[in-house]
Amino acid sequence: MANPTGWKPTMEKGGGPQGPPATGAGGATSGLVLEEPLVFEHGSRGRTGVSLPDPGPAPDLAAELPRGLLRGEVEGLPELSELEIVRHFTRLSQWNWGIDSGFYPLGSCTMKYNPKSSEALARLPGFAAAHPLLPASMCQGVLELMWRLERALSEIAGFAATALSPAAGAHGELCGLMIIRAWHLSRGSPRKKVLIPDTAHGTNPASAALNGYAAVPLQSGPEGRLDPETVRAAMDEDVAAIMITNPNTLGIFESHIAEIAGIVHGKGGLVYGDGANLNALLGVGRPGDMGFDVVQYNLHKTFATPHGGGGPGSGPVAVKEPLLPFLPLPVVVKEGETFRLVTDPGERPRTVGKLREFWGNVGMFVRAWALIRELGPEGLKRTAELAVLNANYVRAGLRGAYHLPYDTDSLHEVVFDDALQKEQDVATMDVAKRLMDHGFHPPTIYFPLVVHGALMIEPTETESKETLDAFVAGMRAIAEEAKRDPEAVKAAPTRPIRARLDETRAARKPVLRWTPGMKVE
Amino acid sequence: MRYHPHTPDDVRAMLEAVGMKSLDELFRSVPEPLRLRRPLDVPPAADEIALLAEFRAMAAKNRVEHPPFLGAGCYPHHVPPAVDQLVLRGEFFTAYTPYQPEISQGTLQALFEWQTFVCLLTGMDVSNASMYDGATATAEAALMATRLTGRKRIVVGAAVHPEYRKVLATYLASTGDEIVTVPYAEDGRTDLAALERAVDGKTAAVIVGYPNFFGVVDALPEAAALAKKAGALTLSVTSEAVAFGLLQAPGALGADVAVGTMQSFGNSMSFGGPAPGFFATLEKNLRQMPGRIAGSTVDKLGRRGFVLTLSTREQHIRREKATSNICTNSGLTALAAIIHLSLLGKKGLFQLARLNHARGRLLREAMGRAGFPLRFSGPTFNEMAFEVGDAEAVVERLAHRGIAAGAPLGRWYPDDPRMKGALLCAVTEVHTPEIIDLFAKSVKAS
Repeated sequence: MANPTGWKPTMEKGGGPQGPPATGAGGATSGLVLEEPLVFEHGSRGRTGVSLPDPGPAPDLAAELPRGLLRGEVEGLPELSELEIVRHFTRLSQWNWGIDSGFYPLGSCTMKYNPKSSEALARLPGFAAAHPLLPASMCQGVLELMWRLERALSEIAGFAATALSPAAGAHGELCGLMIIRAWHLSRGSPRKKVLIPDTAHGTNPASAALNGYAAVPLQSGPEGRLDPETVRAAMDEDVAAIMITNPNTLGIFESHIAEIAGIVHGKGGLVYGDGANLNALLGVGRPGDMGFDVVQYNLHKTFATPHGGGGPGSGPVAVKEPLLPFLPLPVVVKEGETFRLVTDPGERPRTVGKLREFWGNVGMFVRAWALIRELGPEGLKRTAELAVLNANYVRAGLRGAYHLPYDTDSLHEVVFDDALQKEQDVATMDVAKRLMDHGFHPPTIYFPLVVHGALMIEPTETESKETLDAFVAGMRAIAEEAKRDPEAVKAAPTRPIRARLDETRAARKPVLRWTPGMKVE
Repeated sequence: MRYHPHTPDDVRAMLEAVGMKSLDELFRSVPEPLRLRRPLDVPPAADEIALLAEFRAMAAKNRVEHPPFLGAGCYPHHVPPAVDQLVLRGEFFTAYTPYQPEISQGTLQALFEWQTFVCLLTGMDVSNASMYDGATATAEAALMATRLTGRKRIVVGAAVHPEYRKVLATYLASTGDEIVTVPYAEDGRTDLAALERAVDGKTAAVIVGYPNFFGVVDALPEAAALAKKAGALTLSVTSEAVAFGLLQAPGALGADVAVGTMQSFGNSMSFGGPAPGFFATLEKNLRQMPGRIAGSTVDKLGRRGFVLTLSTREQHIRREKATSNICTNSGLTALAAIIHLSLLGKKGLFQLARLNHARGRLLREAMGRAGFPLRFSGPTFNEMAFEVGDAEAVVERLAHRGIAAGAPLGRWYPDDPRMKGALLCAVTEVHTPEIIDLFAKSVKAS
């Protein structure tokens, strides 16, 4: 298919002014990547990509369905052969960057390797072809897997029990706050406020608001940690809970967590733990032993289920003993040698209810359990140790080239900023885009908000020393280039299929779909 | 450990570079009383061969050798192998949310195509980039309706999927909104007279299943007309999206929002998840729509490209004033859905939908011959309830033979004595005429 955009390519000299480095630090060179229109913009009448049985003679549908409800062919759907579809999506995939492509140090997202064997296991027909309403006698295998995962997650984070159903991290937060609200309500009042430090995970304030709570921001101290006195000053009997990410989004361990939990508990509040950064603590410490009452896991982060271009995730929620009655349904139980889902609120009258349809993202449970089985207790602890080692190694390598706003110890991730580059008018955004030309995915940028121009780097344990060395070399090359030729950094990226995109235009004149006959520019 | 590349020499060199003596010292910021000084109590590590054997043994305890005669929100469709082989391309499935558009154009164009597919099927103007599932999409749609109307009452048909209604109740428990449930009529459609009584100037939204939980094609146009008269929004909920190939788009029938799941396209059942929820609405509601949205734009050389847009609605910008807290959605399952939809195309979807309807007719006829009449007289697509006597007993007896017979409706409607004998059964293109015939005879013999 010809270039659908009408854009005429121009030859660019590699390594020239504002061009990319001849070979990026990550090994980036140029490749053969093809343009591809929208799936709706090509094809020919009558083509199809499927093979289906003959439906038999066409019946009189009008006799069976109400007038006006019957539909003909859906206008605008593609008409392409199987090969055309395969090429379409293969080409789209080539425009993408994944962990399988190269280093992806997106802070607080834990972009670790997603094992191929986990994919094979999740595709076993016994799991993939199981209908959620199979009678319990016909699905003991998947129930057993859910029960084993539930037990292991509860042990790993140090809680009494875990509800597996929440669909993602933010959904887990929503669920956790519902549990907290229900617990308060059972003691009289749901209370009004939730305390959220400026180093907490980004979705926390919206999760609080959805539960009818006012989000009260708390400032972290000069070391990047929450000061117990800040909590004491904000804490009163209107506060339902504090939401703490530990280690926080600066990659710093909240060392005062036990004291903070004591202050919150002292006023009758509860402590919610955002488990987005649990990778740093596997086998090293348990949120349940630190004063947390509720925590959510992100199976797509810590337990390596694929991020999938933005999901599906999985956000199980674990609670301490007093909160057990409030867990959402279902919960999986073992009775003798039989496994069962508790779905009837009659058995759990104080449950917050149901968070999603059926039982959770079970496909993710299979993958997460596979990883836990393959790692075992030593492997889990080793995961945390190597994740923290890798972050600290990158931190040591970048010291001097980039400004480190907090010199406090880092765990699994480290946050730099663009203070040194600002002198050349080069910003975090430019550094991020230039990293692509070297063959790396940029870190999380401009988050956490507490650091201006943040570059939040989380390497994870699955990256080798050589990869980290190459990344550090690339980052240092960009810092040097910013001094020598800032315009080249600001012109990045030049290697990906597209240069910087006009986001303002996208928002000002939204084009959010294709319509038959329309030309999407 | 194959996922940990560090040799002992690497660890030594790296510790030296960071100025630490041991791996343990890396954690000196964690106070000693908070450290775990024992191994985690999880099973010892398994090698890949043992892992495969263990999981195969567990999977074998699930009886999936026959296609289930179960739908109820999750449908056993055939997924062409091309779908999974494309989804498994690592550039798709090991990427995350496309925060960096220049190296995420594949995901972004795919999301733009998803939004287009959803709009074409539902007859809506705009769609988001997916939701967790159909139930949460329904709850989010109800919340959007309360924001748009400034009203606090949601009127929902009792024939809307009971799980979706439970999730709706959970979401609305802390918002102060009210849910009013309207009964179904003898034909399995929403009781329109009761609906008319329930809808008034305080109603934010009316929710109707299309087809509804009983597999019945509900009276969506009539319900939408009643809602419109009262200034309320109509939310159409679909969990069997193949029906869009046979049934008129909700947008053409007066719905303001169309939600549900596209599990039927490209996604295995996987014991109920993951699968892509969808959310589409009219252009005028765009600014109140939850979730991520991909949009087209140009790069600085004038070439077409795609970005995430209108993010001022979202949690990471608006914080506590966001339209929703959703962040990670169902990207990969949405991709699977559009690959399948692309393969089907115009002709294939038309054929697949008619095939499903035809298989539904075969089931109705076979069950009729076996002596089991329909529970509801309303029109159906590929799913319907039969009067079988004691539905729970039928399910239990067929389970012994490895056959998932259907869903006894009495589980969700314990207060309606008419439901005790009602068994909800679904068939798709994977149920051959022979299997359908055999099934009806098995129900009778049980």
